[in-house]
Amino acid sequence: MRAGALSVLGSLTLALVAPPALAATIEVTIDRLVYSPASVEAKVGDTIEWVNKDVIAHTATVKGGWEVMIPPKSKGRITLKQAGAVDYFCRFHPNMKGHLNVAP
Amino acid sequence: MLDIEAAKLAIQKSKTKEVVDFAKDMERDHEAVNKQALDLVKKLKVKPEDNATSQALTKAAKEERAKLAKLEGTAFDKAYIENEVAYHKQVNGALETLLIPSANNAELKSLLETGLKIFQGHEQHAEHVAGTLK
Ligand SMILES: [Cu+2]
Repeated sequence: MRAGALSVLGSLTLALVAPPALAATIEVTIDRLVYSPASVEAKVGDTIEWVNKDVIAHTATVKGGWEVMIPPKSKGRITLKQAGAVDYFCRFHPNMKGHLNVAP
Repeated sequence: MLDIEAAKLAIQKSKTKEVVDFAKDMERDHEAVNKQALDLVKKLKVKPEDNATSQALTKAAKEERAKLAKLEGTAFDKAYIENEVAYHKQVNGALETLLIPSANNAELKSLLETGLKIFQGHEQHAEHVAGTLK
């Protein structure tokens, strides 16, 4: 009985200290003015990292929201804090468009 | 190159943040594209030809710049941005209908196609700035 109780307690403790699902880093490549993948499924706490292969700077900008600067041949990142679907674009080249689906 | 000169003029003359920021974006992007084009020219060991299209673009840009130099304030901002919309439209038209179809080198074609996307972006960006000036 004692061993049984301990093992129940043990597994309960483990359940309580078990970390929540690990946050992921999702990479979006920018090559010749195209975000790829153009649409990303993510969740709150995940980080989006844009890898810019172009020789010119881009941004990932949400109208009325956040903006990430992505310098040429460099990276930019943001950790998602809010659930919901957002469209983003490049402020310098508004013909570049991307989309994020952020689950809670 | 003339687009960079117009940008430098705007950075110097304009007092509107949106316009100055746009001009800085133009200066930076066009310098990067020019550098790539010059690198490719060197690599391919070709001589960039002065053709009727580039001559017409250069002439129009020079005239436009002379006009801009005489303007101040809001009149300058509006003329500069309207000119940027028109200039990018013209360049994009030349790229789409003439330069890209006649490019027979794959690297050159790819550079021109990327250039077209960049300048289409600039055209939209300029249109957006023009909207904020009204
Ligand atoms: Cu961009």
